Amino acid sequence: MGGKLVHISIRRRLVLQLAAIAALLSLAFFLGVRAVAERAAADTQDNILAASASSIAEALYSERGKIRLDLPYSALSMLGTISQDRVFYRIIDADTTITGYDDLPVLASSGIGPDFYTFPYRGEDVRQVVLTRAVSTGDAIKEVTVAVAQTRLGLAAVSSRITATATAVGVLFFLVATALSLFAAQTALRPLNTMAASVTRRGPNDLRPVTGNTPTELAPLVDALNSFILRLKSSLNRSEDFIAEAAHRVRTPLATVRTQAEVIHRRLEHAEDRTALREMIRAVDESSRSAGQLLDHAMVTFRSDQFEPLDIDLGQLLLDTCDRLRPTADLKDIELTVAIPNTALPFSGDPVLLQNALRNILDNAIKYSPADSMIAVRIEDAKEYRLSFRDQGRGFEGADVNHLSGRFSRGSNVSDIVGSGLGLTIVDEVARAHKGRVIIASNEGGIGACVTLVLPKA
Amino acid sequence: MRYACIAQSLAAIVILSMPATAFEVEEKKLYASSSETRRLKVISTADINVFEPIILAFQRENRNVAIDYVVASSSEVMRAIYDENAPFDLAISSAMDLQTKLANDGFAQDYRSDATAKLPTWAQWHNQIFAFTLEPALLVISKAAFQGLQVPATREELVALLRDNPKVFDGRIGTYDVRKSGAGYLFATQESRNTETFWRLTEVMGRLNARLYCCSSSMIDDVANGKLAIAYNVLGSYAQLRVNDDSELQIVPMQDFVTVMLRTAIIPKTNINQQDAGAMIDFLTSLQSGSDLARQTGLPPINGAKAEADKAMRPIRLGPGLLVFLDSQKRENFIRNWESSITQR
Repeated sequence: MGGKLVHISIRRRLVLQLAAIAALLSLAFFLGVRAVAERAAADTQDNILAASASSIAEALYSERGKIRLDLPYSALSMLGTISQDRVFYRIIDADTTITGYDDLPVLASSGIGPDFYTFPYRGEDVRQVVLTRAVSTGDAIKEVTVAVAQTRLGLAAVSSRITATATAVGVLFFLVATALSLFAAQTALRPLNTMAASVTRRGPNDLRPVTGNTPTELAPLVDALNSFILRLKSSLNRSEDFIAEAAHRVRTPLATVRTQAEVIHRRLEHAEDRTALREMIRAVDESSRSAGQLLDHAMVTFRSDQFEPLDIDLGQLLLDTCDRLRPTADLKDIELTVAIPNTALPFSGDPVLLQNALRNILDNAIKYSPADSMIAVRIEDAKEYRLSFRDQGRGFEGADVNHLSGRFSRGSNVSDIVGSGLGLTIVDEVARAHKGRVIIASNEGGIGACVTLVLPKA
Repeated sequence: MRYACIAQSLAAIVILSMPATAFEVEEKKLYASSSETRRLKVISTADINVFEPIILAFQRENRNVAIDYVVASSSEVMRAIYDENAPFDLAISSAMDLQTKLANDGFAQDYRSDATAKLPTWAQWHNQIFAFTLEPALLVISKAAFQGLQVPATREELVALLRDNPKVFDGRIGTYDVRKSGAGYLFATQESRNTETFWRLTEVMGRLNARLYCCSSSMIDDVANGKLAIAYNVLGSYAQLRVNDDSELQIVPMQDFVTVMLRTAIIPKTNINQQDAGAMIDFLTSLQSGSDLARQTGLPPINGAKAEADKAMRPIRLGPGLLVFLDSQKRENFIRNWESSITQR
């Protein structure tokens, strides 16, 4: 099998092969039917010719030593019953024609039974039967030859009718067989397509094994795929675990380093040293924060996989989160306003995930907001819940907002601020876990940005 | 045996026996056309007075065709085509057996058209013979001769009637001379197949000194003028024409069976105008029974004929069976039997 064949679809190959088989069978059927039917038609003519000849033979008699024939009416009229063919006959005693067509060639009879010949006579092919009969003339017994011939136009007509019918049936058979093989190929390959579709339709984090009814032929493939998924999943888990473990291990010593650095900072007298140490503290903050977000992310990924929703009140959740971050905002003199409808906002979700997401959004907003500004948080209770966080920070300044939620991706204008780029990724994953989405937009007028978390009601 | 074939008196333009041919012509007439571009040569067994309306009607539809119409007996038609290869475009004959022989032995031309496709299968053979009339063989009686006698309804009754009234019928029975008349031979042979009564009837007729005729018309003439009391197996078309005019004549329908002959046309291989011959066949096979033309000619067209409905009607079947009585030995035997019956020797 050449390399090219690999790309041809199984379905097409299956259909082509089945169609070729159907064509062969149709042809065989056509030839078979025609051969049998024509043989039958020819036999019918031969039988009638033989019957005619023997009824003539039985009407032979002798009169005063001469052979005579009282030609039976049925002998010739029976030949007219199946077709409108021309009829010739000749009765010969030795070399003398007793009666009939003098010029009709009579081929030698084997003497055993009726013999049949086909030859041209008077412009047309005729079928001839020849038989001999011994007739007693009183003092001698004479061998009399009876020959009856008939043209074959009726046979030709029957043959062309049979050919037409056999052709029609053969073509019909081929068409039906091809249509059925198309259908069969479709049906046979349906499980494969179904499986491919179900694997394609999966989300990026869906690493469950492929289940469902798979035909035995596909079982090895499914097993291989599942074992691959299992290995991939455990490999991913291992790396997530590793990252979380690493982050955790790094964060605790970093906190110690920071405290010690603060203490030393206070004691330092030279301005240069103090600046250097401040840089150090800043770097430690950055590392610590990254480690924290890595931990958060690992937690979000885990909880998303094992998603177990609880009935919660979104308003209360938002208020709690805001309260927790209010001291941070106060440090920068940022005013945090929260607008929530008076009614309860029931929602089925994972409170830990949601809290994490809200904290990340708010944290970001505070971090990128200038001092003495405002952050407006509100919930709209419409068809879906829309939780919006509007700040007066630097916004996203034309950055591709669609890519901001990717892992470790940050805006182009934030190099001066500590950040890992994982915040929006976490928010995005939490939104997805709740079948929701994140909308990131710059405010109209260019000052600040608005992050909206959209959560569909159950 | 008294043989009484009376010479035909011919009203039409008659040119007796064409010089270069050997077959015997009875009548001949040229139907000219003022705008003649083609000529159709027809040889036929139908008398001119019978066929003329058809020729004229055909010419009204085909104005540029002149028709050369030659009348001959059926055996002479056979001779002209079979033995002499006379160049005719159309051969019309009431002798189905001879027409069949011509077609079977390769003297006829194939012809197919919409009109022939509409013909029932029994009315054509081998795409060469086309029937256009159904003509029963009838018993015609003189009412005067039958006064006080029961009119027979079957051949059995006819045999009994003739046997019981020799004084009335002696020398006053007319029938075909089967040796001379092709139609007579055909009727007789077919009847001999259909019933054993045929031979008894022939015997009785022979004993009563039956007179033998060549043709239906002369037989009917003699019934009309009182020479005959009864004419057996007269062609229906001729009889009908005469009965309409002569109240002394009566047609007696036989209820056991009526032999029905098909008048047929073939296109001989020797034709030179196949186009118009085909047109004439289409014209003939499209004749409708009950039409004016059918009434004028007295010919009963195949279309709408009641032959199939009437069980007593027994149309002679076209096909190789008709060749049987043309077999020389068969014919010899049949004529010998017939002669010994009719002449009582």
